[in-house]
Amino acid sequence: MSTTGKTKRHSHSGWVRLTHWLIALAVFVLLYSGVAILMVHPRFYWGQAGNDLMRPLFEVPIGPNYHTQQFSAQIPFGAGQGGAATADRLAEPWNQNGWARSLHFLGAWAFLFALIAYLTLGTLTGHARKRLLPKRGELTRHALRQDIKAHLTLPMPAPPPGAPYGLLQKLTYALIVFIALPLMVLTGLTMSPAIAANWPVLLDLFGGTQTARTLHFFSFAAIALFLLVHLTMIALTGPVRHLRAIILGA
Amino acid sequence: MGNDRILLSRRGLIGGLTSSSALLLTGCGESQPPTYGNLLRMGDNFTYAMQRSLLSTTSLVREYDRSEITSMPATGTYDPAIPSTGAHDPEAGLDYAMLRKGAFADWRLEVTGLVDRPTSFSLADIKRLPRRTQITKHSCEEGWTAIAEWTGVPLHSLLSACGMQPTARYVEFYTFDRNADNIDMIDALHPQTILAYGMNGRDLPIGHGAPLRLRLERQIGYKSLKFLRRIVVSDRFQDLGNIKSGWAWYNGI
Repeated sequence: MSTTGKTKRHSHSGWVRLTHWLIALAVFVLLYSGVAILMVHPRFYWGQAGNDLMRPLFEVPIGPNYHTQQFSAQIPFGAGQGGAATADRLAEPWNQNGWARSLHFLGAWAFLFALIAYLTLGTLTGHARKRLLPKRGELTRHALRQDIKAHLTLPMPAPPPGAPYGLLQKLTYALIVFIALPLMVLTGLTMSPAIAANWPVLLDLFGGTQTARTLHFFSFAAIALFLLVHLTMIALTGPVRHLRAIILGA
Repeated sequence: MGNDRILLSRRGLIGGLTSSSALLLTGCGESQPPTYGNLLRMGDNFTYAMQRSLLSTTSLVREYDRSEITSMPATGTYDPAIPSTGAHDPEAGLDYAMLRKGAFADWRLEVTGLVDRPTSFSLADIKRLPRRTQITKHSCEEGWTAIAEWTGVPLHSLLSACGMQPTARYVEFYTFDRNADNIDMIDALHPQTILAYGMNGRDLPIGHGAPLRLRLERQIGYKSLKFLRRIVVSDRFQDLGNIKSGWAWYNGI
Protein backbone atom coordinates (compact mmCIF):
# COMPACT_ATOMS: atom_id res chain seq x y z
CA MET A 1 0.00 0.00 0.00
CA SER A 2 3.04 2.25 -0.02
CA THR A 3 2.54 5.42 -2.02
CA THR A 4 6.26 5.92 -2.49
CA GLY A 5 6.52 2.93 -4.85
CA LYS A 6 9.90 1.89 -6.11
CA THR A 7 11.57 5.31 -6.29
CA LYS A 8 13.09 5.41 -2.83
CA ARG A 9 12.24 8.76 -1.26
CA HIS A 10 12.88 9.71 2.31
CA SER A 11 10.21 11.71 4.03
CA HIS A 12 11.45 13.98 6.80
CA SER A 13 12.13 11.95 9.93
CA GLY A 14 10.86 13.02 13.33
CA TRP A 15 14.06 14.59 14.58
CA VAL A 16 14.55 16.54 11.33
CA ARG A 17 11.05 17.98 11.61
CA LEU A 18 11.47 18.84 15.30
CA THR A 19 14.89 20.52 14.93
CA HIS A 20 13.75 22.25 11.73
CA TRP A 21 10.94 24.01 13.58
CA LEU A 22 12.95 24.73 16.70
CA ILE A 23 15.70 26.30 14.59
CA ALA A 24 13.10 28.13 12.46
CA LEU A 25 11.48 29.63 15.55
CA ALA A 26 14.85 30.59 17.07
CA VAL A 27 16.04 32.12 13.78
CA PHE A 28 12.85 34.18 13.56
CA VAL A 29 13.41 35.52 17.10
CA LEU A 30 17.10 36.16 16.34
CA LEU A 31 16.35 38.00 13.10
CA TYR A 32 13.74 40.19 14.77
CA SER A 33 15.86 41.10 17.79
CA GLY A 34 19.03 41.25 15.70
CA VAL A 35 17.61 43.89 13.40
CA ALA A 36 16.57 45.94 16.45
CA ILE A 37 20.14 45.67 17.79
CA LEU A 38 21.59 46.58 14.39
CA MET A 39 19.41 49.70 14.23
CA VAL A 40 21.07 51.11 17.36
CA HIS A 41 24.47 51.22 15.70
CA PRO A 42 24.18 50.49 11.97
CA ARG A 43 27.90 51.01 11.32
CA PHE A 44 30.42 48.25 10.62
CA TYR A 45 34.18 48.13 11.10
CA TRP A 46 37.14 45.79 10.71
CA GLY A 47 39.52 44.78 13.53
CA GLN A 48 39.16 45.04 17.32
CA ALA A 49 37.71 48.50 17.75
CA GLY A 50 35.22 50.72 15.96
CA ASN A 51 32.96 53.56 17.06
CA ASP A 52 31.36 56.83 15.98
CA LEU A 53 34.69 58.65 16.10
CA MET A 54 36.31 56.12 13.76
CA ARG A 55 35.82 55.58 10.05
CA PRO A 56 33.37 52.76 9.32
CA LEU A 57 33.83 50.09 6.68
CA PHE A 58 30.22 50.68 5.62
CA GLU A 59 26.94 51.83 7.09
CA VAL A 60 23.53 50.25 6.72
CA PRO A 61 20.81 52.85 5.99
CA ILE A 62 18.38 51.53 8.59
CA GLY A 63 16.62 53.05 11.57
CA PRO A 64 16.57 56.46 13.23
CA ASN A 65 20.28 56.42 14.16
CA TYR A 66 21.60 56.30 10.59
CA HIS A 67 23.74 59.43 10.12
CA THR A 68 22.06 61.29 12.98
CA GLN A 69 24.49 61.03 15.89
CA GLN A 70 25.63 64.40 17.21
CA PHE A 71 28.97 64.86 18.92
CA SER A 72 30.89 67.77 20.37
CA ALA A 73 34.18 68.78 18.75
CA GLN A 74 36.85 66.09 19.14
CA ILE A 75 39.45 66.52 21.88
CA PRO A 76 42.72 64.58 21.33
CA PHE A 77 43.76 62.31 24.21
CA GLY A 78 47.21 63.87 23.95
CA ALA A 79 50.65 63.40 22.48
CA GLY A 80 51.68 59.82 21.81
CA GLN A 81 48.09 58.62 21.49
CA GLY A 82 48.27 58.31 17.71
CA GLY A 83 45.54 60.85 17.04
CA ALA A 84 43.03 59.07 19.28
CA ALA A 85 40.41 61.50 20.49
CA THR A 86 37.24 61.75 22.52
CA ALA A 87 34.00 63.67 22.02
CA ASP A 88 30.77 63.98 23.99
CA ARG A 89 27.63 62.56 22.45
CA LEU A 90 25.11 65.37 22.66
CA ALA A 91 21.82 63.45 22.50
CA GLU A 92 20.73 59.97 23.45
CA PRO A 93 20.19 57.85 20.33
CA TRP A 94 17.25 55.55 19.63
CA ASN A 95 17.90 52.41 21.64
CA GLN A 96 15.72 49.33 22.25
CA ASN A 97 18.59 47.08 23.32
CA GLY A 98 17.14 46.55 26.80
CA TRP A 99 14.68 43.95 25.50
CA ALA A 100 16.35 43.33 22.12
CA ARG A 101 19.64 42.07 23.57
CA SER A 102 17.93 39.88 26.19
CA LEU A 103 15.54 38.47 23.57
CA HIS A 104 18.48 37.88 21.22
CA PHE A 105 20.37 35.85 23.80
CA LEU A 106 17.25 33.93 24.82
CA GLY A 107 16.76 33.03 21.16
CA ALA A 108 20.48 32.25 20.89
CA TRP A 109 20.25 29.64 23.66
CA ALA A 110 17.35 27.87 21.92
CA PHE A 111 19.18 28.15 18.60
CA LEU A 112 22.42 26.77 20.06
CA PHE A 113 20.78 23.71 21.64
CA ALA A 114 18.68 22.95 18.54
CA LEU A 115 21.65 23.41 16.20
CA ILE A 116 23.87 21.15 18.31
CA ALA A 117 21.10 18.51 18.35
CA TYR A 118 20.63 18.83 14.58
CA LEU A 119 24.33 18.62 13.72
CA THR A 120 24.93 15.73 16.13
CA LEU A 121 22.00 13.67 14.87
CA GLY A 122 22.77 14.67 11.29
CA THR A 123 26.26 13.26 11.64
CA LEU A 124 25.34 10.13 13.64
CA THR A 125 22.44 9.08 11.43
CA GLY A 126 24.33 9.73 8.22
CA HIS A 127 21.64 12.25 7.19
CA ALA A 128 24.28 14.89 6.45
CA ARG A 129 26.56 12.59 4.43
CA LYS A 130 23.88 10.69 2.57
CA ARG A 131 21.40 13.45 1.77
CA LEU A 132 22.94 16.91 2.18
CA LEU A 133 26.48 16.60 0.84
CA PRO A 134 26.83 15.97 -2.93
CA LYS A 135 27.83 12.40 -3.71
CA ARG A 136 31.20 11.57 -5.23
CA GLY A 137 31.13 12.54 -8.89
CA GLU A 138 27.79 14.32 -8.54
CA LEU A 139 29.24 17.81 -8.39
CA THR A 140 30.32 18.39 -11.99
CA ARG A 141 30.25 21.58 -13.98
CA HIS A 142 27.78 19.98 -16.37
CA ALA A 143 25.39 18.85 -13.64
CA LEU A 144 25.58 22.26 -11.99
CA ARG A 145 24.81 24.00 -15.28
CA GLN A 146 21.87 21.65 -15.90
CA ASP A 147 20.40 22.30 -12.46
CA ILE A 148 20.79 26.08 -12.74
CA LYS A 149 19.14 25.99 -16.17
CA ALA A 150 16.28 23.89 -14.78
CA HIS A 151 15.66 26.50 -12.06
CA LEU A 152 15.63 29.35 -14.53
CA THR A 153 12.85 27.92 -16.66
CA LEU A 154 9.24 27.58 -15.63
CA PRO A 155 7.71 25.40 -14.44
CA MET A 156 10.27 24.88 -11.70
CA PRO A 157 11.38 21.25 -11.16
CA ALA A 158 9.08 20.03 -8.38
CA PRO A 159 10.02 16.60 -7.05
CA PRO A 160 8.13 15.38 -3.97
CA PRO A 161 9.31 16.74 -0.60
CA GLY A 162 12.34 15.20 1.12
CA ALA A 163 15.52 13.57 -0.08
CA PRO A 164 17.02 12.95 -2.57
CA TYR A 165 17.62 16.66 -3.06
CA GLY A 166 18.74 18.36 -6.24
CA LEU A 167 22.33 19.52 -6.61
CA LEU A 168 21.69 23.24 -5.97
CA GLN A 169 19.41 22.31 -3.09
CA LYS A 170 22.13 20.17 -1.49
CA LEU A 171 24.77 22.89 -1.89
CA THR A 172 22.47 25.55 -0.43
CA TYR A 173 21.38 23.46 2.55
CA ALA A 174 24.96 22.38 3.26
CA LEU A 175 26.25 25.95 3.05
CA ILE A 176 23.58 27.15 5.49
CA VAL A 177 23.67 24.35 8.07
CA PHE A 178 27.41 23.61 8.07
CA ILE A 179 28.83 27.09 7.49
CA ALA A 180 26.43 30.02 7.95
CA LEU A 181 24.60 28.82 11.08
CA PRO A 182 27.74 27.71 13.00
CA LEU A 183 29.46 30.94 11.89
CA MET A 184 26.62 32.91 13.51
CA VAL A 185 27.28 31.14 16.81
CA LEU A 186 31.06 31.60 16.68
CA THR A 187 31.04 35.25 15.62
CA GLY A 188 28.32 35.96 18.18
CA LEU A 189 30.36 34.37 20.97
CA THR A 190 33.45 36.34 19.88
CA MET A 191 31.64 39.62 20.61
CA SER A 192 31.07 38.64 24.25
CA PRO A 193 33.71 40.17 26.55
CA ALA A 194 33.45 37.32 29.07
CA ILE A 195 33.68 34.57 26.45
CA ALA A 196 36.53 36.26 24.56
CA ALA A 197 38.39 36.54 27.88
CA ASN A 198 37.97 32.82 28.43
CA TRP A 199 38.79 31.81 24.83
CA PRO A 200 40.95 34.59 23.34
CA VAL A 201 41.56 32.26 20.37
CA LEU A 202 38.17 33.45 19.11
CA LEU A 203 39.57 36.97 18.75
CA ASP A 204 42.51 35.61 16.76
CA LEU A 205 40.31 33.35 14.65
CA PHE A 206 38.17 36.25 13.43
CA GLY A 207 40.68 39.08 13.81
CA GLY A 208 38.81 41.07 16.43
CA THR A 209 35.47 42.00 17.94
CA GLN A 210 34.42 44.31 15.12
CA THR A 211 35.49 41.90 12.39
CA ALA A 212 33.39 39.23 14.11
CA ARG A 213 30.47 41.67 14.25
CA THR A 214 30.82 42.44 10.54
CA LEU A 215 31.00 38.71 9.67
CA HIS A 216 27.96 38.17 11.92
CA PHE A 217 26.15 40.70 9.73
CA PHE A 218 27.27 39.12 6.43
CA SER A 219 26.27 35.71 7.70
CA PHE A 220 22.89 37.14 8.77
CA ALA A 221 22.46 38.58 5.26
CA ALA A 222 23.21 35.16 3.73
CA ILE A 223 20.68 33.46 6.02
CA ALA A 224 18.04 36.10 5.30
CA LEU A 225 18.61 35.62 1.55
CA PHE A 226 18.39 31.86 2.01
CA LEU A 227 15.08 32.23 3.85
CA LEU A 228 13.69 34.33 1.04
CA VAL A 229 14.71 31.77 -1.59
CA HIS A 230 13.64 28.83 0.61
CA LEU A 231 10.13 30.27 1.09
CA THR A 232 9.85 31.26 -2.58
CA MET A 233 10.81 27.74 -3.73
CA ILE A 234 8.27 26.21 -1.39
CA ALA A 235 5.59 28.56 -2.67
CA LEU A 236 6.46 27.70 -6.29
CA THR A 237 6.67 23.93 -5.93
CA GLY A 238 3.59 22.93 -3.97
CA PRO A 239 3.45 24.65 -0.58
CA VAL A 240 0.74 22.39 0.85
CA ARG A 241 2.57 19.11 0.34
CA HIS A 242 5.85 20.66 1.51
CA LEU A 243 4.22 21.92 4.69
CA ARG A 244 2.55 18.58 5.28
CA ALA A 245 5.89 16.83 4.82
CA ILE A 246 7.84 19.06 7.23
CA ILE A 247 5.06 19.06 9.84
CA LEU A 248 3.58 15.53 9.60
CA GLY A 249 6.41 13.72 7.85
CA ALA A 250 4.18 12.19 5.19
CA MET B 1 17.63 36.83 63.52
CA GLY B 2 20.73 35.02 64.68
CA ASN B 3 19.77 31.99 62.65
CA ASP B 4 19.11 34.18 59.63
CA ARG B 5 22.57 35.64 59.80
CA ILE B 6 24.17 32.23 59.93
CA LEU B 7 22.06 31.02 57.03
CA LEU B 8 22.98 34.04 54.95
CA SER B 9 26.65 33.73 55.64
CA ARG B 10 26.64 30.01 54.84
CA ARG B 11 24.79 30.71 51.63
CA GLY B 12 27.30 33.41 50.91
CA LEU B 13 30.10 30.95 51.31
CA ILE B 14 28.45 28.35 49.09
CA GLY B 15 27.65 30.95 46.47
CA GLY B 16 31.14 32.33 46.55
CA LEU B 17 32.81 28.96 46.26
CA THR B 18 30.72 27.09 43.75
CA SER B 19 29.14 30.09 42.06
CA SER B 20 26.38 29.22 39.72
CA SER B 21 25.35 25.64 40.26
CA ALA B 22 24.27 26.73 43.72
CA LEU B 23 22.65 29.72 42.09
CA LEU B 24 20.49 27.63 39.81
CA LEU B 25 19.36 25.32 42.60
CA THR B 26 18.59 27.87 45.26
CA GLY B 27 16.90 30.09 42.68
CA CYS B 28 14.58 32.61 44.20
CA GLY B 29 15.84 33.39 47.71
CA GLU B 30 16.10 37.08 48.49
CA SER B 31 19.83 36.93 48.71
CA GLN B 32 20.10 35.39 45.27
CA PRO B 33 20.48 37.33 42.05
CA PRO B 34 18.61 38.40 40.11
CA THR B 35 15.04 38.71 41.31
CA TYR B 36 13.53 38.21 37.88
CA GLY B 37 9.94 37.54 36.93
CA ASN B 38 9.66 37.53 33.15
CA LEU B 39 10.98 35.39 30.32
CA LEU B 40 13.66 37.82 29.16
CA ARG B 41 15.05 38.23 32.66
CA MET B 42 15.01 34.45 33.08
CA GLY B 43 17.12 34.24 29.92
CA ASP B 44 19.57 36.76 31.39
CA ASN B 45 19.68 34.70 34.57
CA PHE B 46 20.40 31.54 32.57
CA THR B 47 23.24 33.29 30.72
CA TYR B 48 24.67 34.43 34.05
CA ALA B 49 24.46 30.90 35.51
CA MET B 50 25.97 29.32 32.37
CA GLN B 51 28.81 31.82 32.09
CA ARG B 52 29.61 31.50 35.78
CA SER B 53 29.70 27.69 35.56
CA LEU B 54 31.31 27.20 32.13
CA LEU B 55 33.86 30.04 32.07
CA SER B 56 36.89 30.38 34.28
CA THR B 57 36.21 32.93 37.02
CA THR B 58 39.76 34.22 36.79
CA SER B 59 40.31 34.49 33.03
CA LEU B 60 41.79 37.83 32.01
CA VAL B 61 40.58 39.96 29.12
CA ARG B 62 43.14 40.64 26.41
CA GLU B 63 45.35 43.65 27.00
CA TYR B 64 46.57 45.72 24.09
CA ASP B 65 49.60 47.71 23.12
CA ARG B 66 49.75 51.51 23.49
CA SER B 67 49.84 51.78 19.70
CA GLU B 68 46.43 50.10 19.54
CA ILE B 69 44.65 52.79 21.59
CA THR B 70 41.69 54.21 19.65
CA SER B 71 39.30 57.11 19.86
CA MET B 72 36.49 56.66 22.36
CA PRO B 73 33.26 58.63 22.49
CA ALA B 74 31.82 59.74 25.82
CA THR B 75 28.22 58.54 25.89
CA GLY B 76 25.45 58.38 28.44
CA THR B 77 26.04 61.13 30.97
CA TYR B 78 29.05 63.11 29.80
CA ASP B 79 28.81 65.75 32.52
CA PRO B 80 26.66 65.36 35.66
CA ALA B 81 26.90 69.14 36.24
CA ILE B 82 25.01 69.90 33.00
CA PRO B 83 21.27 69.29 33.48
CA SER B 84 20.72 68.22 29.86
CA THR B 85 23.03 65.21 29.86
CA GLY B 86 21.63 61.80 30.65
CA ALA B 87 19.99 60.80 33.91
CA HIS B 88 20.34 63.93 35.98
CA ASP B 89 19.98 64.48 39.67
CA PRO B 90 19.88 68.26 40.32
CA GLU B 91 21.29 67.98 43.83
CA ALA B 92 24.06 65.55 42.93
CA GLY B 93 24.76 67.62 39.82
CA LEU B 94 25.26 70.73 41.93
CA ASP B 95 27.57 68.81 44.29
CA TYR B 96 29.50 67.56 41.29
CA ALA B 97 29.83 71.07 39.81
CA MET B 98 31.28 72.34 43.13
CA LEU B 99 33.75 69.47 43.43
CA ARG B 100 34.87 69.87 39.84
CA LYS B 101 35.51 73.58 40.39
CA GLY B 102 37.91 72.57 43.15
CA ALA B 103 39.69 70.03 40.92
CA PHE B 104 38.07 67.27 43.02
CA ALA B 105 40.24 68.11 46.05
CA ASP B 106 37.14 67.85 48.27
CA TRP B 107 35.77 64.78 46.50
CA ARG B 108 35.50 61.67 48.69
CA LEU B 109 34.69 58.05 47.96
CA GLU B 110 32.75 56.53 50.82
CA VAL B 111 33.15 52.81 51.36
CA THR B 112 30.61 51.36 53.80
CA GLY B 113 28.56 48.25 54.47
CA LEU B 114 30.17 44.92 55.31
CA VAL B 115 33.64 46.28 55.97
CA ASP B 116 35.51 46.38 59.30
CA ARG B 117 36.73 49.94 58.65
CA PRO B 118 34.23 52.13 56.77
CA THR B 119 36.44 54.69 55.06
CA SER B 120 36.13 57.95 53.21
CA PHE B 121 38.91 58.15 50.62
CA SER B 122 40.23 61.30 48.97
CA LEU B 123 41.62 61.04 45.45
CA ALA B 124 45.13 61.30 46.94
CA ASP B 125 44.35 58.43 49.35
CA ILE B 126 43.22 56.27 46.44
CA LYS B 127 46.35 57.11 44.43
CA ARG B 128 48.48 55.86 47.34
CA LEU B 129 46.89 52.41 47.12
CA PRO B 130 48.33 49.74 44.78
CA ARG B 131 48.07 50.83 41.16
CA ARG B 132 47.29 48.92 38.01
CA THR B 133 47.45 50.11 34.40
CA GLN B 134 45.71 48.12 31.66
CA ILE B 135 44.97 48.75 27.99
CA THR B 136 41.64 47.09 27.33
CA LYS B 137 38.67 47.09 25.00
CA HIS B 138 35.41 48.69 26.02
CA SER B 139 32.40 46.91 24.48
CA CYS B 140 29.26 49.02 24.41
CA GLU B 141 25.85 47.33 24.28
CA GLU B 142 25.11 49.51 21.24
CA GLY B 143 27.69 47.58 19.22
CA TRP B 144 30.75 49.83 19.19
CA THR B 145 34.10 49.17 20.84
CA ALA B 146 37.10 51.29 21.83
CA ILE B 147 40.56 50.56 23.20
CA ALA B 148 41.94 52.77 25.98
CA GLU B 149 44.50 52.69 28.76
CA TRP B 150 43.12 52.81 32.29
CA THR B 151 45.05 53.44 35.50
CA GLY B 152 43.57 52.90 38.92
CA VAL B 153 43.36 50.86 42.08
CA PRO B 154 42.22 47.24 41.84
CA LEU B 155 38.84 47.01 43.59
CA HIS B 156 40.09 44.05 45.65
CA SER B 157 42.94 46.22 47.02
CA LEU B 158 40.50 48.95 48.03
CA LEU B 159 38.12 46.45 49.63
CA SER B 160 40.85 44.72 51.60
CA ALA B 161 42.15 48.12 52.73
CA CYS B 162 38.71 48.56 54.35
CA GLY B 163 38.65 45.04 55.79
CA MET B 164 35.94 43.43 53.69
CA GLN B 165 33.96 40.90 55.73
CA PRO B 166 33.61 37.27 54.57
CA THR B 167 29.82 37.58 54.33
CA ALA B 168 30.16 40.01 51.40
CA ARG B 169 28.25 38.89 48.31
CA TYR B 170 27.77 42.04 46.26
CA VAL B 171 29.49 45.37 45.81
CA GLU B 172 27.17 48.31 45.10
CA PHE B 173 28.21 51.51 43.34
CA TYR B 174 26.45 54.89 43.56
CA THR B 175 27.28 57.80 41.29
CA PHE B 176 26.88 61.54 40.76
CA ASP B 177 24.69 60.97 37.68
CA ARG B 178 22.11 59.10 39.76
CA ASN B 179 23.17 55.71 38.53
CA ALA B 180 23.55 52.74 40.82
CA ASP B 181 24.53 49.18 40.13
CA ASN B 182 25.99 46.12 41.81
CA ILE B 183 28.32 43.28 40.85
CA ASP B 184 29.01 39.88 42.37
CA MET B 185 32.22 39.01 44.23
CA ILE B 186 33.68 37.05 41.29
CA ASP B 187 33.74 40.26 39.28
CA ALA B 188 34.56 42.47 42.28
CA LEU B 189 37.71 40.50 43.14
CA HIS B 190 38.85 39.95 39.54
CA PRO B 191 42.36 41.40 39.07
CA GLN B 192 41.31 43.58 36.11
CA THR B 193 38.35 45.12 37.95
CA ILE B 194 39.75 48.53 38.85
CA LEU B 195 38.58 51.95 39.97
CA ALA B 196 40.24 54.14 37.35
CA TYR B 197 41.41 57.72 37.89
CA GLY B 198 43.65 57.85 34.82
CA MET B 199 42.91 57.36 31.13
CA ASN B 200 45.54 57.23 28.38
CA GLY B 201 48.21 58.59 30.73
CA ARG B 202 46.22 61.59 32.00
CA ASP B 203 43.58 62.31 34.61
CA LEU B 204 40.26 60.72 33.75
CA PRO B 205 38.36 63.24 31.55
CA ILE B 206 34.94 64.48 32.72
CA GLY B 207 33.15 62.69 29.88
CA HIS B 208 34.64 59.36 30.91
CA GLY B 209 33.67 59.63 34.56
CA ALA B 210 36.06 61.93 36.46
CA PRO B 211 37.37 61.69 39.03
CA LEU B 212 36.85 57.94 39.46
CA ARG B 213 35.04 55.26 37.45
CA LEU B 214 34.67 51.52 37.54
CA ARG B 215 36.32 49.38 34.85
CA LEU B 216 34.57 46.00 34.73
CA GLU B 217 36.35 44.44 31.80
CA ARG B 218 34.44 41.17 31.39
CA GLN B 219 31.04 42.81 31.10
CA ILE B 220 29.40 45.21 28.66
CA GLY B 221 30.26 48.90 29.00
CA TYR B 222 27.24 50.18 30.90
CA LYS B 223 28.22 48.12 33.95
CA SER B 224 31.40 50.24 34.27
CA LEU B 225 29.78 53.12 36.12
CA LYS B 226 31.28 56.61 35.88
CA PHE B 227 31.38 59.47 38.44
CA LEU B 228 31.60 57.25 41.53
CA ARG B 229 30.73 58.69 44.94
CA ARG B 230 29.89 55.75 47.21
CA ILE B 231 30.54 52.02 47.46
CA VAL B 232 28.52 49.71 49.69
CA VAL B 233 29.52 46.12 50.38
CA SER B 234 26.41 43.99 50.88
CA ASP B 235 25.38 40.40 51.56
CA ARG B 236 22.21 40.53 49.49
CA PHE B 237 21.18 41.22 45.94
CA GLN B 238 19.00 44.20 45.24
CA ASP B 239 17.92 45.65 41.94
CA LEU B 240 19.47 49.09 41.85
CA GLY B 241 17.89 50.06 38.55
CA ASN B 242 18.85 47.89 35.57
CA ILE B 243 16.11 45.30 35.95
CA LYS B 244 13.43 47.82 36.82
CA SER B 245 14.29 49.81 33.71
CA GLY B 246 14.22 46.70 31.52
CA TRP B 247 17.91 45.92 31.16
CA ALA B 248 19.93 42.85 32.02
CA TRP B 249 21.76 42.93 35.34
CA TYR B 250 24.53 40.61 34.15
CA ASN B 251 26.15 41.46 30.82
CA GLY B 252 29.00 39.09 30.10
CA ILE B 253 27.67 38.84 26.55
